[in-house]
Amino acid sequence: MLKTFKGGIHPPYNKDLTNSKPIEKATLPKKVIIPMGMHIGAPSEPIVKVGDMVKKGQKIGEAKSFVSVPVHASISGKVTAVEPRPWPGGGLMMSVVIESDGKDELDYSITPPKPLSQLSPDEIKNLIREAGITGLGGAGFPTQVKLSFPPEKNVDTIIINAAECEPYITADHRLLLERPDDVVLGIEAIMKATGIKRAFIGIEDNKLDAVESIKKTIKDKEGIEVVVLATKYPQGGEKQLIKAVTGREVPSGGLPMDAGVIVNNAGTCAAIANTLKTGLPLIERITTVTGSGIKEPKNLLIRIGTPLIDIIEQCGGFKGTPGKVLMGGPMMGLAQSTLDVPAIKGTSGLLVLEKHDLHLFEPSPCIKCARCVDACPINLLPTTIAKFAQKNMWNEAELYHAMDCVECGCCSYVCPAHIPLTQHIRIAKSHIIALRRQK
Amino acid sequence: MDDYILITTSSPHIHSGESISRIMFSVAIALLLPTFAGIYFFGFRALGLVIVTSIAAILTEAIFQRLRNKPITITDGSALVTGMLLALNLPPGLPYWMAVVGAVVAISLGKQIYGGLGANPFNPALIGRVFLMVTFTSPMTTWINPVDGTTGATPLALMKMQGIPTDYVRLFFGNVGGSLGETSAFLIIIGGLYLIYKGYVDWCIPASYLGSVAILSAILGQDPVFHLLSGGLMLGAFFMATDMVTTPLSRLGKMIFGIGAGFFTVLIRLYGGYPEGVSFSILLMNAFTPLINRFTVPKIYGEVKSR
Repeated sequence: MLKTFKGGIHPPYNKDLTNSKPIEKATLPKKVIIPMGMHIGAPSEPIVKVGDMVKKGQKIGEAKSFVSVPVHASISGKVTAVEPRPWPGGGLMMSVVIESDGKDELDYSITPPKPLSQLSPDEIKNLIREAGITGLGGAGFPTQVKLSFPPEKNVDTIIINAAECEPYITADHRLLLERPDDVVLGIEAIMKATGIKRAFIGIEDNKLDAVESIKKTIKDKEGIEVVVLATKYPQGGEKQLIKAVTGREVPSGGLPMDAGVIVNNAGTCAAIANTLKTGLPLIERITTVTGSGIKEPKNLLIRIGTPLIDIIEQCGGFKGTPGKVLMGGPMMGLAQSTLDVPAIKGTSGLLVLEKHDLHLFEPSPCIKCARCVDACPINLLPTTIAKFAQKNMWNEAELYHAMDCVECGCCSYVCPAHIPLTQHIRIAKSHIIALRRQK
Repeated sequence: MDDYILITTSSPHIHSGESISRIMFSVAIALLLPTFAGIYFFGFRALGLVIVTSIAAILTEAIFQRLRNKPITITDGSALVTGMLLALNLPPGLPYWMAVVGAVVAISLGKQIYGGLGANPFNPALIGRVFLMVTFTSPMTTWINPVDGTTGATPLALMKMQGIPTDYVRLFFGNVGGSLGETSAFLIIIGGLYLIYKGYVDWCIPASYLGSVAILSAILGQDPVFHLLSGGLMLGAFFMATDMVTTPLSRLGKMIFGIGAGFFTVLIRLYGGYPEGVSFSILLMNAFTPLINRFTVPKIYGEVKSR
């Protein structure tokens, strides 16, 4: 039987829009907007000023704390603004705007490092940090921090997340097909950096060609295995993936390392490999541009900081009237209010839903059908927490484990009363965090 | 590029397409099966009762919502289901006006007074039935024999008062006296399986309810097959103990609900004043539902010790 977890849903995946389309290199953007805080943790501080000429790969933001990463120029050109700008995470974020000089010149500091076999674990970790590598699955946790777990945690397993359970998104699928060597090199680097001898690559069974591709590549690699997972959302959720692959559970409130596991995205592995091979920091990524509102859906290799409007124009522009533009997939993606925001390190997809494809409902009363209970991969009672949230009963919401919600959206997806359960729980979480801070 | 406004609601941005009305109309379709049985065995009067209670239930809902200045939601199908369920629980010969009173009580006192859909603690159809039961006791316990239209006793009453059994085949297909929709175990099970297949009924409740009745009646020296097939048990187990609003959320809670209802059903059938106890048992367990919910909060992912 295929490995999986309890709960979850089977939404329409719509991956055939892009899963047979090879990764295409995007044209050089005329302008990039590079936010300083694309990662979880403290935003970096800009080290360039307006008027400076910068080169591709040059560091433009310095990380000032441990949980942070530096930020680099993704094109060569002139800095035209250093100011807070709208970014896809919502609100404003200190950003560096670079106008391209069209030359795409490499910074003099970019040279390939020593081969992996000659690098020490600390050197690898330092390379990863200096290259600004963060989790490319979406959350954007600094990768080096993930690899620097305390020894008493007895971490013995690396899981590479290639489940790609979000509907529509095919970036990792194409990566596994076209650049399996890079993914595996990245895994080897993580294994060497952490000293962990065992790595599993989790892939859903709707990507069996990717499974074959990776299996061929790891044939004579020791300690790396492919785990074929059932196709179910949110199979690629960190907690669900760990459960499916190892049978272990991340303790409530804990991190994967508390279950003896570290999880990295397949795209992150390829980014590490790219740095090992070329010395280039993380300045580009694969993103799936897709949806009913896009003329020519594609898998694009884009520079970090490319404005969304440029990306959409490269895919033939809008088809019909756009209703929603999402950074990410339809289950967890963030709806954007403007196309002037840039694609960032965590932009695995750009999904445009045509206006007529949107289904906006008025919620009706809960009929306690418990579909949300069955769908919740954490085994919460979403309807109960949402009811507390609607009555501002934050302590009760906390008692019913609101903080364990991973915001996967399954409960809202199945609710026949169209209650925005996920959103109610999200609100409860933010209030609980605020109350905890007061204490 | 044309003018457009980007909508920015929070995730998720897609929906399963499931809706309350789809659930309710599926239940109504499933209820057509026992309705057909009622028409077949008791004639078109049965159909008349179903139509009258359904219309009365829907109208009561609309009037109540109008009086409370709430949006009128009769198209969601929930009042229709209540009306149909009530009719299926009535003796085929009950005067129409009494059936209307039952439907009005079911929707008003059973549902709207608590705030409408989703807020009622008790199954509204059963509230209506029990109200009629205590108000019009004699017409509510006058049963018609399917064969000749004469009045007679239900199999449960025959067993309880005179110790006369009824054969399984008649009980299974429904050729016996009783409420108009409860007699044909055969068609009720088909309707129930349809709802289980559609995912609108959790098999846990009918399984635990029927299972506990069978086991308990066997322990007490009764014929379990007879108890499973007679009275309102099948209809109750598949269509009323499975009402989403008034039953527990978790699997474990549903099991407890079913076992509890089975326990009370056997208790009332064997030792109570009434020959049948399905309605009371389910209402009793409805009252326990909030308590059951409180004590059956599922163990969440990660409720484990750190390694």
